[in-house]
Amino acid sequence: MFDTEELVINMGPQHPATHGVLRVVLTLSGETVVDADVVIGYLHRGIEKLSENRDWTQIVLLTDRMDYVAAATNNLGYCETVEKLMSLEVPRRAKYIRTIIAELQRIASHLVWLGSHAMDLGAVTVFLYCLRERELALDLFEEYCGARLTYNAMRVGGLPQDIPPGWDKKVLQFCDVQMEKIAEYETLLTHNRIWLERTRNVGVISGPEAIAIGLSGPLLRASGIPRDIRKDEPYAAYREFEFDIPVGTRGDTYDRYLVRLEEFRQSVRIIRQAVEGLPEGPVIGKVPRLIKPPAGETYHANEAPKGEIGFFIASDGKSTNPYRFRVRPPSFCNLQALPRLVRGHLVADVIALIGTIDIVLGEVDR
Amino acid sequence: MTDLIDLAVIPLLKVVFVLTGVLVTVMYMVLLERKVQAWVQVRLGPMRVGPHGVLQPIADVLKLFVKEDITPTRADKYVYTAAPIMVLVPALIAFAVIPFGTDVHLFGARIPLVITDINVGLLYIVSVASLGVYGIILGGWASNSKYPLLGGLRASAQLISYELAVTMTFVAVILLAGNLSMVGIVNAQYNSGVWFGFVQPLALLIYVIGALAETNRAPFDLPEAEQELVAGFHTEYSGMRFALFFLAEYTNMIVVSSVAVTLFFGGWLRPFPNVAWLVFLDFVPSWIWFIAKTFLILYLFLWIRATFPRYRYDQLMRLGWKVLIPLAIANIIVTGVVKVLLG
Repeated sequence: MFDTEELVINMGPQHPATHGVLRVVLTLSGETVVDADVVIGYLHRGIEKLSENRDWTQIVLLTDRMDYVAAATNNLGYCETVEKLMSLEVPRRAKYIRTIIAELQRIASHLVWLGSHAMDLGAVTVFLYCLRERELALDLFEEYCGARLTYNAMRVGGLPQDIPPGWDKKVLQFCDVQMEKIAEYETLLTHNRIWLERTRNVGVISGPEAIAIGLSGPLLRASGIPRDIRKDEPYAAYREFEFDIPVGTRGDTYDRYLVRLEEFRQSVRIIRQAVEGLPEGPVIGKVPRLIKPPAGETYHANEAPKGEIGFFIASDGKSTNPYRFRVRPPSFCNLQALPRLVRGHLVADVIALIGTIDIVLGEVDR
Repeated sequence: MTDLIDLAVIPLLKVVFVLTGVLVTVMYMVLLERKVQAWVQVRLGPMRVGPHGVLQPIADVLKLFVKEDITPTRADKYVYTAAPIMVLVPALIAFAVIPFGTDVHLFGARIPLVITDINVGLLYIVSVASLGVYGIILGGWASNSKYPLLGGLRASAQLISYELAVTMTFVAVILLAGNLSMVGIVNAQYNSGVWFGFVQPLALLIYVIGALAETNRAPFDLPEAEQELVAGFHTEYSGMRFALFFLAEYTNMIVVSSVAVTLFFGGWLRPFPNVAWLVFLDFVPSWIWFIAKTFLILYLFLWIRATFPRYRYDQLMRLGWKVLIPLAIANIIVTGVVKVLLG
């Protein structure tokens, strides 16, 4: 009876809720999304190619600029890959401190995620509460390495410096504060009817499908797959700590929210164990002055806050820079799920789903 | 001569007084909102302009006046210009029937603190309030742009659905009061000795939810859902025309709060108007009671905004049509039956 037309709207690259410069071309029928096309590349800086022309120490700095919300995790992933390539032994104290930093980073990154996700759904207060706690975490980073965003906090073979005196106490204090505040976020959101209605059964993805798309991290765990590299292929000092892997049951946005909230608690648990069992000793191993890994290639993955961050590095054994440098960024791979997730949902859900994937465009585009 | 004063000068003065009062309140409402939000969110809010930012609204207005006023080339110019006016005017004229207090005696003349007390006051408010939606949908349509269009459509659907529920809560109040005049409704509350909000808690609840939705306030601020539709129906508007939409939104908030106070919280009456030993409360002028109650309700609006996430469009419609409207109808029936049984 009536002619209906599909409406194509362009969400981004300048849009309040696309978390940077993501562009999504939406085809709408009414308010229902028929199709979505994700356009990326607005923040491409060629970090991979750039790295092939920098020496091995300088690359740490470049990895900071990928996932700038979780820079220390990138540092860790890169340094461990090079250590694996060179078969370097990292002192135990350095491993412990690395773990503490990585878990603090996970908390800081998840706080940004929770804040922006909640803000996208209209709960602005949660955003400011989250940033308040992230500020405390950033203060700790600042005290450790002097930077608040791009830390350059690790070196091949260990750490640039030992922790400042009293830092471990402050970390424990932060853990206590954080545990309290998680309860505060939960009061505002977990049993809030509106929050439940906005996230339950939105963007459901089953376990096998999640694997097929290549999801990793909290998204995969929320779909019921207990895959966590910290447990499956332990790196740093994770083998020595007790922690649980939270998994979801339904694989919807609410489950992803619950999984990440539980990860806050598990991170705090790991940090507490690590600070209490912090061994004495040097923080950097025997590293040759000129880092020059033998010819060969290797892949090493870490459990970043957003998922599996993997580095593939090939060395020709002759030059002081990598022959090939390739990153498997979690945001980029997870973003693939977006068109699949939004189909059939409403425009408002697109926002919720971009938020639940937890992307950082610096890492998507590199 | 006295006729002229009674018929023209005093009403005109009242109009000027009320309009100025409302617009100043709106300006400071914006500041209050920013401050309250900031306090909830562990921030300070505006602090720069004047002590604790008290001059911020003036700076904002000045800024909006000198902003460039852009009309998109593909917009329908006349409708585009008319739309903000069509939103603001109904919001402002609704104040014509709202009683702010008891009569005051000034220079020997008895002046009622209401611009005009017409015998269908409530009906008048319902009808002018429903005109505002035309401005919103026309504004969204005339911009000739996709996001405003979606925002305008959402707004019209939302306003119309929630108006039904809100109007039905009025019916329950009318049943209790026995008349439609705003002054009459307050007097009825005085005579029955209890604010209607306590007799009609369900109607009050539905009214508050409906009022939030009708004024596009969080958690029902879908038409201007910033994270989804950028700014909704006024995305393309700038400068003073944008300011008119903004003014209208806050004016509407004050209108719905004043109506809530009049219908459910005894208007200008002091608490427990019939308890004799509380008579010392009459020391406070009636209009102060009215303003205080209105601001309490406005504060509730801000508090809700700072706490809740936003509803989704389909959930909003479901809540309106499947929950609020049936409840409101049931409420009318129960009220009617009880009234008949009690004689």
